[in-house]
Amino acid sequence: MATTTLAPRAATYRRSRLYEWLTTTDHKKIGVLYISTAFFFFIVGGIYALLIRLELAVPGLQFVDPNTYNQAFTIHGTTMIFFFVMPMMTGLANYIVPLQLGAADMAFPRINALSYWMVPLSGLLLYSGYAFGGAANAGWTGYTPLSGTSGGRAFEGLGIDLWIAGLVLVGTSSILGAINFIATIFKMRAPGLTLMRMPLFVWNTLVTSVLLLFAVPVLTAGFMMLFIDRNYGGGFFDPALGGNPILWQHLFWFFGHPEVYILILPAFGIVSEIVPVFSRRPLFGYKAFVFATASIGALGFSVWAHHMFTTGAVYLPFFSFFTFLIAVPTGIKFFNWLATMTRGKVTFSTPMLFAMGFISLFLIGGLDGAFLAVVPFDFHVQDTYWVVSHLHYVLVAGSVFGIFAALYYWFPKMSGRMLDERLGKLQWVLLFVGTNLTFFPQHLLGLDGMIRRVADYAPNPGWTEWNFLSSIGAFMIAISVLPFLWNVFVTLRRPQDAPDDPWDANTLEWATTSPPPPYNFDVLPPVRSERPLFDLKHGAVDAHGVALPAARGETHEETRADAPEEVLGEPIEGHEAGEARGEAAPGVSASAPDARAHEERPRRGDEA
Amino acid sequence: MTAGAEVVRAPHTQADPHAGAGHTDTGINTALLGMLLFIGSEVMFFAGLFAAYFNARAAAPLWPPEGFEHVIEPNLLVISATTILVLSSLTMQWGIWRIRKGDRAGMNRALIVTLVLGVLFLGMQAYDYWELLHHDPPFGINTGIYGTLFYTLTGFHGAHVFGGVVGISVVLLRGLAGQFSARHHVAVEAVSAYWHFVDVVWIALFATLYFLK
Repeated sequence: MATTTLAPRAATYRRSRLYEWLTTTDHKKIGVLYISTAFFFFIVGGIYALLIRLELAVPGLQFVDPNTYNQAFTIHGTTMIFFFVMPMMTGLANYIVPLQLGAADMAFPRINALSYWMVPLSGLLLYSGYAFGGAANAGWTGYTPLSGTSGGRAFEGLGIDLWIAGLVLVGTSSILGAINFIATIFKMRAPGLTLMRMPLFVWNTLVTSVLLLFAVPVLTAGFMMLFIDRNYGGGFFDPALGGNPILWQHLFWFFGHPEVYILILPAFGIVSEIVPVFSRRPLFGYKAFVFATASIGALGFSVWAHHMFTTGAVYLPFFSFFTFLIAVPTGIKFFNWLATMTRGKVTFSTPMLFAMGFISLFLIGGLDGAFLAVVPFDFHVQDTYWVVSHLHYVLVAGSVFGIFAALYYWFPKMSGRMLDERLGKLQWVLLFVGTNLTFFPQHLLGLDGMIRRVADYAPNPGWTEWNFLSSIGAFMIAISVLPFLWNVFVTLRRPQDAPDDPWDANTLEWATTSPPPPYNFDVLPPVRSERPLFDLKHGAVDAHGVALPAARGETHEETRADAPEEVLGEPIEGHEAGEARGEAAPGVSASAPDARAHEERPRRGDEA
Repeated sequence: MTAGAEVVRAPHTQADPHAGAGHTDTGINTALLGMLLFIGSEVMFFAGLFAAYFNARAAAPLWPPEGFEHVIEPNLLVISATTILVLSSLTMQWGIWRIRKGDRAGMNRALIVTLVLGVLFLGMQAYDYWELLHHDPPFGINTGIYGTLFYTLTGFHGAHVFGGVVGISVVLLRGLAGQFSARHHVAVEAVSAYWHFVDVVWIALFATLYFLK
């Protein structure tokens, strides 16, 4: 009887598709909403980047005045970090993590919907600055006193206040999302899926969530102080009132450095899912990878002041040492990936190409970071284009490559359709070349002393050429998005043709249909290792031990994996009979005697 | 393993709808875990505020700053308010013990007392603010870093007390409507955990603002 109402009932009422999407609490739909919203902001933030590169293509002021330029790089940075990479990673995790855990949904589906709807709203707050005297213009780091009030308002208008409001809201969304992921991961894993058998994408999402949970509130506290300073005459960051502007940098970077790992750890997870699948080998050193992820999370809280070496207010040896130290777990991960590929049979599908692009280019960004840990070198390049180059090598070559790898890898699962490989490879070439063309010259400009966040620069020898090259590269990155959009557009118009497990993968999300039904699984393979689907396909687990479908005659027909025929669709022995006798159904603990009571209570709709 | 020895049920087939989509019914309740994680993030929020306090205090040549030596004193009002908040934590716990034994009426009584104490605390805090604002010289959020810190720290704490009062009201109304039993009362447990947290923050604030020399 009523144990399996989900599937039959889903067909009994009709609502418009728009209403469905606006009110959904399904983690997959919310994931798609997150991903689409994030992609929209990616395009908007990208337009700002093009504006910046257009202005910097040649010396002199051609297109924008300095204040517009300041707004452009502030909104570009804020959008890309808070409204593109973070929601994109949350969206991917939203879609994939419950599937990889073998769960039906997130732990708190309605809070999940709330977290999502906060994102467009806070984006609106951020951009509404343009309607109230100009958007925020103090950089995405919002350093005081630039963002504060010292010496009269540094900035007229409400732009920075709206920036604060938007980021507090999107931060709250992240905190709620983090709570949801942690609860989901700890409470909703499939039987047998122990912590040390979790897919690495789940592990990285877990560590990312812990970082969010403890880092974002500190930024929120900082934002509250800044808001009080700006609007109620507070003195937190105003030396004239006894405050200290450096305090902002401490609060910001105490959040800001864990934030760096929040942006990159999910990409590490994505690459760690893709590399083993396309190398036809299990990941080399799974446990070492898990411990490296956890130690990045822990060490991430002890390096924040390396952004503040030149303030003279921090203990340099400590933060320098820990910054070097955090390179070690990252190095372990590189070793894992390379060792996995070394003796594997590598195939170069688009997801794998993006993963390999990530590995090779993130290495450059990571090494830049190790350079910056050297205090005297950091003094030399502080606030120059070296830093711009470093952070874009880790965020564009890192996070963005990881995101596209994930989109190509999981698109068949989400839509039931395979993306076109040729268009994918075209995008990869354009993005790979464009990224290097844009950001490599900025190393040289930085070493040469070109300061960032200035709308103009002197026509020094070499600067014009490098900047021009960099601008060409930026437009190449922009063009590289077009084949992707075309690919998605064309593919979505095709009929659903993707198999459930197109990549011959290892993890549970490929054990259900593409796209999965609203309740995700009729059947769960037994989990005996970190590659449950591989075990099932290759007979390492007893095929009869699988989970069984709901009730007779309601079996989801075209389900599940390439599992052997006989494992599917067998009803639980004695299931119906037991229920008829009034006993607890199989799988229900005898220590939960009132489980029956809930079943017998008439449900809404049953009376009608 | 023998065939069919292991039965793994897909989540939606679980007989107990309160088990939700979860696979495990052992260990901490999922909703309570969510609340504890939220409290963890709140700890970091207040840690940020406390960091600002100690940062300013360490840099100040004189603390309290000149002219404000006797503004923030542990007077009768503040000590009574503190006592009231600590008492409210005890009454909250009393309510938890009642409902764990299945005594809903007892829980409702305890929640009413807790609610009254919480509102009383907020009233006393408002009165304290009113007195400080009419102090000579006036002591407001814009009178230097000392005032900014005092009002920000106590203000955000007060906002959290208000949040707790709203939470208590909700579980009280649900209790009066006949909800909650010895087995099903996770909302009360969650509100209680939050209320204890708010109490602990106040004790830390009270010690820091009024006593730390």
